Amino acid sequence: MGFFQKIIDGLKKTKQRIGFKLNELFKRGIFNDDFYDELEFILLSADIGEDTTIDIIETLRERMTEDNISDPKKANEYLKEVMLEILGDEHLELNPPTVITVVGVNGVGKTTTIGKLANIFIKKGKSVVVAAADTFRAAASEQLEVWADRAKVRIIKHEEGSDPAAVVFDALSSAKSRKTDVVLVDTAGRLHNKKNLMEELKKINRVVERECPNAQRINLIVLDATTGQNALSQVDVFNEAIDLDGIVLTKLDGTAKGGVVLAIKHDMDIPVYFVGVGEGIDDLMEFDAESYIEGII
Amino acid sequence: MAAFSNLTDRINHIFSKLKNRGALTELEIKQAMREVRVALLEADVNFSVAKEFISNVTEKAVGEEILKSLTPGQQVIKIVNEQLIELLGSTQSKLGVSPKLPTIIMMCGLQGAGKTTMCGKLAYYLQKQGKKVLLVADDIYRPAAIKQLEIVADKVKAGFFQMGQQNPTKIATNAVEFATKNGFDTVIIDTAGRLHINEELMDELKSIKKAVNVFETLLVVDSMTGQDAVTVAKSFDEALDITGVIMTKLDGDTRGGATLSIKAVTGKPIKFVGTGERPEDLEAFHPDRMASRILGMGDVLTLIERAQATFDEQEALKLAKKIKESTFDLNDFLQQFEQMGKMGDLNDLVGMIPGASKLTLGDKKIDEKQLKRNKAIIQSMTLEERSNPKLLNYSRRKRIAAGSGVQVSDVNKLIKQYEQTRDMMKRMTKSRRLLF
Repeated sequence: MGFFQKIIDGLKKTKQRIGFKLNELFKRGIFNDDFYDELEFILLSADIGEDTTIDIIETLRERMTEDNISDPKKANEYLKEVMLEILGDEHLELNPPTVITVVGVNGVGKTTTIGKLANIFIKKGKSVVVAAADTFRAAASEQLEVWADRAKVRIIKHEEGSDPAAVVFDALSSAKSRKTDVVLVDTAGRLHNKKNLMEELKKINRVVERECPNAQRINLIVLDATTGQNALSQVDVFNEAIDLDGIVLTKLDGTAKGGVVLAIKHDMDIPVYFVGVGEGIDDLMEFDAESYIEGII
Repeated sequence: MAAFSNLTDRINHIFSKLKNRGALTELEIKQAMREVRVALLEADVNFSVAKEFISNVTEKAVGEEILKSLTPGQQVIKIVNEQLIELLGSTQSKLGVSPKLPTIIMMCGLQGAGKTTMCGKLAYYLQKQGKKVLLVADDIYRPAAIKQLEIVADKVKAGFFQMGQQNPTKIATNAVEFATKNGFDTVIIDTAGRLHINEELMDELKSIKKAVNVFETLLVVDSMTGQDAVTVAKSFDEALDITGVIMTKLDGDTRGGATLSIKAVTGKPIKFVGTGERPEDLEAFHPDRMASRILGMGDVLTLIERAQATFDEQEALKLAKKIKESTFDLNDFLQQFEQMGKMGDLNDLVGMIPGASKLTLGDKKIDEKQLKRNKAIIQSMTLEERSNPKLLNYSRRKRIAAGSGVQVSDVNKLIKQYEQTRDMMKRMTKSRRLLF
């Protein structure tokens, strides 16, 4: 079962709702103001946000008028094309040794994502070590330990309340001496407006920079698909603290569409690399923009 | 950052344009409402809810009532505010107590909403009211969930019950038996996070609810949730007939718009809001305060309440006396810092002050580190210096700087700050103005 099917399955309910409405809308074949109003409603209820929605609609309107489109099927293709252009098609290329730091606010699924990422890399024949640098939340390292066990990778952890940067330091030392390909760093969930917690992230970043200056460094932010426009502000603030390279969009197996990733790509040019579609260890897959759009509209 | 500015700023902005006009045309109101709509959507208010809200307000605003009014801008704000309060729910609701003890509270919600943390906060809150609370680990799926609840229970000194990964209904039944035998009057069941479309897991909750006499079924919702919040709340409500909603993570820069629309769609009250990571970071939900906060009128009531809960009354009296007698010294200044530290995140507090969000605070956020540094500086002074700041000459300041690990200029800054505070307080007592 490929990415496409998983996404379709995950978004089935959504598609029934949104896709149906959209189909009906296009079938009418009348592309007047009412059509665009309704389209706006549909896009907004997918959390795509006002700015990006208006942009999509304006571009679509322009192209449809220019090419004098009246065929509903073609119009639908045009819409997909506009959305696809926004999302782009980028993939994460591993070039070990690699250090991946995973950040995000509380409860988006960082620890789970680390477990699943470890599994993906192991399956690709890479060696992996995970660093339990969330020393804040109660039982976070125990949770990561269970995932490390499932993915059969090593874990470096200290006790609760210890210095996260020290955990990262140990993980990097261990990786260097054992020539491990990928280090995955789990960080504490932090609400992005807490300044001192952001400083802690910067410190982790500095440790990585100092200890592994030649390693490939990737900073991923985990976003919950149910999150609305606040995701923009999450990405913005984390991006300022540590440069973000990409997004992992989790919990796409619900009815939420996570359309805010279009707004993020549109405004800040940060791509989605992975999507989470369930609680099983294999329920994380590489992002495919075309299937995603197919899945949500 | 214009695109991310919050609802308060947006509506403030819209009405700052309206405020100075003598009369409003229908067109102008429509324009203002268009911007209100954008602001509501950016705050994640559900699209349909926003639409209805706008049409209600427009209906009330366009027409004689407003056009004849002397200050139309104020009138519009009043209508927006009233409608918002109505949307949020007009009465404040609290947790019920079951006539047959123990009172059983079941927490439910999506993964990552913050249920386990909220269990600890509720236990802390109820224990302060004299209840004896048992926390039940009924999340048998997420790795280390049981361990997390155990740590939380330990932290707030509540009872803790677990049976490992057994059947959740069985765990709940046994937990209630245990509570009855051991004199617990309140049982809080922490269930696993689940998707509202996962029928099997939703059935599990129904089964728990049926097996033990659940009195309060509380849905825990992340206040950053987008348009889908309404779908989620509807599904949980239909399956479990929830009795209330708790919004979590309201200490971020989110306005929680979508969570608020839950009220409009389910009709179920929002009972509490979680505002931080500490057990005491839980507040009762006040619709009027929330509406005022959304509209940029500040959340003064909450601020005052929090200050009252934290400031020792006797300390406050002593301080008042000192101000009157003009003997406010560095010891008192230090105490002020300590009291402020106890009140929680300073940036949260600033957000509650009316108009403060409009100030161009920008990056000049209040720095908690600075607060600590100031405390260290005063703590490096001798007792004599603290009660008689006039003694602080250059060589003493140099010693203090070395002792607290700062520059002499930092010490100077602090002393200047102290003098300003002292003078301000003197002036305040003269003009008999209140602190807030």
